[in-house]
Amino acid sequence: MKIGVVTFPGTLDDRDAARAVRHAGGESVALWHNDADLHGVDAVILPGGFSYGDYLRCGAISRFSPVMEPIIKAAQGGMPLLGICNGFQVLAEAHLIPGALTRNHELHFLCRDQKISIENTNTAWTSSFTQGQEIVIPLKNGEGAYMCDDQTLAMLEGEGRIIARYVGENPNGSRNLIAGITNERGNIVGLMPHPEHAIDSLTGPSADGLGFFTSVLKAMVK
Amino acid sequence: MAKIVVDVMLKPEILDPQGKAVAAALPRLGFTFAKDVRQGKRFEIEVDGEPTAAQLADVEKAAEKLLSNPVIENFTVRVEK
Amino acid sequence: MALDTVAHAQSNPDTTQPFAELGLKPDEYARIKEILGRRPTSSELAMYSVMWSEHCSYKSSKVHLKQFGDKAVKTDALLVGIGENAGVVDVGQGYAVTFKIESHNHPSFIEPYQGAATGVGGIVRDILTMGARPIAVMDPLRFGPADAADTRRVLPGIIAGVGGYGNCLGLPNIGGEVVFDQTYLGNPLVNALCVGVMKHSDIKLAKAAGAGNLVVLYGAKTGGDGIGGVSVLASETFESKGPAKRPAVQVGDPFVEKVLIECSLEIFAEDLVVGIQDLGGAGLSCATSELASGGSGGMKVQLDKVPLRDPSLSPEEILMSESQERMCAIVEPSKIARFLEICEKWDVTVTVIGEVTDGNHLEITWNGELIVDVPPRTVAHDGPVYNRPLAQPAYIDVVAKEVINVPIPSTAEEIKATVLKLAATPNLADKSWVTDQYDRYVQGNSIQSQPDDSGMVRIDEKTHLGVAIATDANANWSYLNPYEGAKLALAEAARNIATAGAKPLAVTNCLNFGSPEDPGVMWQFAESVRGLADGCLEMGLPVTGGNVSFYNQTGAVAILPTPVIGVLGVIDDVRTRTPMSFDRAGLDLYLLGETENHLAGSEWAYMHNQRGGVAPIADLQREMRLIELLVVGRTKKIFTAAHDLSQGGLSATLTEMVLRYNTGATVQLENVGLALLSETPGRVVVAIDPSQTAALTSEAASQKIALTKIGSTGGDSLVINDAKISLTELRTAHTETFPRLFG
Repeated sequence: MKIGVVTFPGTLDDRDAARAVRHAGGESVALWHNDADLHGVDAVILPGGFSYGDYLRCGAISRFSPVMEPIIKAAQGGMPLLGICNGFQVLAEAHLIPGALTRNHELHFLCRDQKISIENTNTAWTSSFTQGQEIVIPLKNGEGAYMCDDQTLAMLEGEGRIIARYVGENPNGSRNLIAGITNERGNIVGLMPHPEHAIDSLTGPSADGLGFFTSVLKAMVK
Repeated sequence: MAKIVVDVMLKPEILDPQGKAVAAALPRLGFTFAKDVRQGKRFEIEVDGEPTAAQLADVEKAAEKLLSNPVIENFTVRVEK
Repeated sequence: MALDTVAHAQSNPDTTQPFAELGLKPDEYARIKEILGRRPTSSELAMYSVMWSEHCSYKSSKVHLKQFGDKAVKTDALLVGIGENAGVVDVGQGYAVTFKIESHNHPSFIEPYQGAATGVGGIVRDILTMGARPIAVMDPLRFGPADAADTRRVLPGIIAGVGGYGNCLGLPNIGGEVVFDQTYLGNPLVNALCVGVMKHSDIKLAKAAGAGNLVVLYGAKTGGDGIGGVSVLASETFESKGPAKRPAVQVGDPFVEKVLIECSLEIFAEDLVVGIQDLGGAGLSCATSELASGGSGGMKVQLDKVPLRDPSLSPEEILMSESQERMCAIVEPSKIARFLEICEKWDVTVTVIGEVTDGNHLEITWNGELIVDVPPRTVAHDGPVYNRPLAQPAYIDVVAKEVINVPIPSTAEEIKATVLKLAATPNLADKSWVTDQYDRYVQGNSIQSQPDDSGMVRIDEKTHLGVAIATDANANWSYLNPYEGAKLALAEAARNIATAGAKPLAVTNCLNFGSPEDPGVMWQFAESVRGLADGCLEMGLPVTGGNVSFYNQTGAVAILPTPVIGVLGVIDDVRTRTPMSFDRAGLDLYLLGETENHLAGSEWAYMHNQRGGVAPIADLQREMRLIELLVVGRTKKIFTAAHDLSQGGLSATLTEMVLRYNTGATVQLENVGLALLSETPGRVVVAIDPSQTAALTSEAASQKIALTKIGSTGGDSLVINDAKISLTELRTAHTETFPRLFG
């Protein structure tokens, strides 16, 4: 049960994502942006950070990295793929999921313990949760406002492809309080908040984040 | 030396908080002319000699693929002396 | 275009040189000629002028800072002391921790975002240069009054800069301070602290040892950042090439620094460097002269090899450039290939610019011509040493006579109004507006951050070994009595480490003062250093390094003396730390330490425009017994919570405790007004389970710390005698101040 964690130049939360994988009982494999080889992993995580310094647009340069080619191919074939924060931005830039992430509506970087509700438990990354379950995990970003056109929004809502929504006040201006979405197949998930920072209450607000990682390990067993 | 200029702006329907912040700051400095402000990006591309039609066509493709995010942004390409 | 080479200087001894514009005094210029046996070239003049400036040479402070070495406590825990880029202490289990605090005050006034950002960048590189992975940052910040126009100009940019740079580096911000005071209007203080961790064997020093070893410059390309006055030289030897493009402000790129960190750590892990230095103030001038004087003694550098962002820079400008994110390493020839490979992997610009030599010459050439030939020690270490005149200022005796006359609440309405007023005042109000702009989670090891008493980071995932850091200053007390003020700030920072149950281990300091040319300021500085040195000796805490920032003043008005003291402590298991507050009812609340009338220098007195009086006298023996009680109490699991008292006294402490986990408290206080407002040092509020009563009483008695039961936890209000303040109302008052002021 090997989960690849990609490091782009400027990636920050790769070691934390790897730790979360280990805590969930999996084996993490470090994947280098310049290496177009997935080394036999069963799933991939694109972690948070400021890859390429957020130059041009967040994730805009990372999406063209050599490692993205095999990732895109494998994901299109059903491999579970999770993009967290900057990773979500890369998935959007690579058009693996619709929409785009833009500047927080209040223009500040915001780090807070955020309550979200899990609204789709049929994806590779959310099956450990129950429908409507509310969890608290850290949100920390400056460009987390999810934007898409009305047509896309209607489609996402209609097909239940919004996997997580912010509970309470909208922290960043995302349309319809969207905190995470999935593709049609349910193997690719983009999530703005950081589950890898909520794996125990010693270092985070809760252990609620582990569910994302245990989900994919279950999915891979099947 | 001529250069190719690509201007990238957020699509009109996308919220532009930075533009809004600028619009709010102007009157604080005594400038009352602005009805609205939107903020974008400008790329200046230097080529050898005068830009050719083929180069311009390539710039359009590059603008579509890299310089802008077509999901939320529009762009224009022109040559500036 | 005449290049001012050594040969040219020798054959043109009478050339007039703009030494005064570069900040050198006539006797300093004469000394340089004496050292070299000729007039300096313009490049040499530039080097000496910057390296002998106050900022780089510490010429006004050296004679006083000597005390940190002279009065240093002998301790095996200190692995690297003052003199290197940062101090290093042994924290057990083979780990060494390096930490340091620095200032970037003036740049932040000019360009708040970049000033603060590059301040963070600079201190992080100092830590990296010791061989450590940086693991956290803290930012003690001081501004003019919260509602002043200039505060609204600088504060948002500074916060954004600290966050923007630190977040992008992947460093959690685990604490800091935000203090408002009239004295900092026009002179904001931006102090940045960084802490890093490594194994003992990883420690790197800034020395160029081994003749034949290569001098390697890597990181960002060099541009015209921070050149400032050196342009005077540029126009001397070169024709001007169009509009001025010499920015005085340094601009940082945290992405480049993040990559630099990862690249450097890989290089260190493979043991590829003999010595290393980061390029900060005075850029290459500093790095080359310090590396050379720390090592074999000599160095040859080909300046034209330095990769440039701006090809029009003159040699003088290249030597002075303060372009960020650059490092200088000394590498053995057998290891250079691997060094270059790692730089290529991370896409980091890298160039061999010279080699180490024996002897006493730092020789720099430009396209084959010798433009610098100096003894490196004379540049880096043997700068002028001033013994500036000092004199106790007249105000000291005048303000000491001031009698504090502030309203002291006694009725329920007055108590409630006072507590709410303090909760809402900018210095004591909730700072989430600030700290929510900082990532506190990255690296997954943050145990404590704002608003806890100290920042705490786990450094070993298996053993749960951790370190705690706190910074404190009290300019009010330092103003009234600089000697005691420094001791009191030291005690407060150490106490803030101890409330969580960590053991204080070492000290860093950032000394922010006015002009050293003012004998009164110089006296404040000398007294503060004396107090800190004496305090550190008495408390057994070595000073590992620090920073001096002079000239914080507007016209003739200096800022209040503001020595910021940082204390680092260690805790064997972060899981057993004592939290700052409680989340359940039924616990007993005790006040450790006696309360006396210490309204002079208090927040309440400041709010009523009274700054005079007599500062408390530090009782460090008692402070040490209190620290021992807190540390032992943690190991014996006596405390459920412990929180320090400082600005805002007991009122602020109780407010912060009940709001932390939304659990109320009921307390009964004698002499309630004074009890709430006095800022007597050496006090802590603790919460214990009633079953621990005997244990607490016994430990407090054995440490001879006064113990007073003040009440118990529970409910949805803060009840003080007859006054009842709902947590909702208290929270509103506490949390609406910053959003209202800064949007």
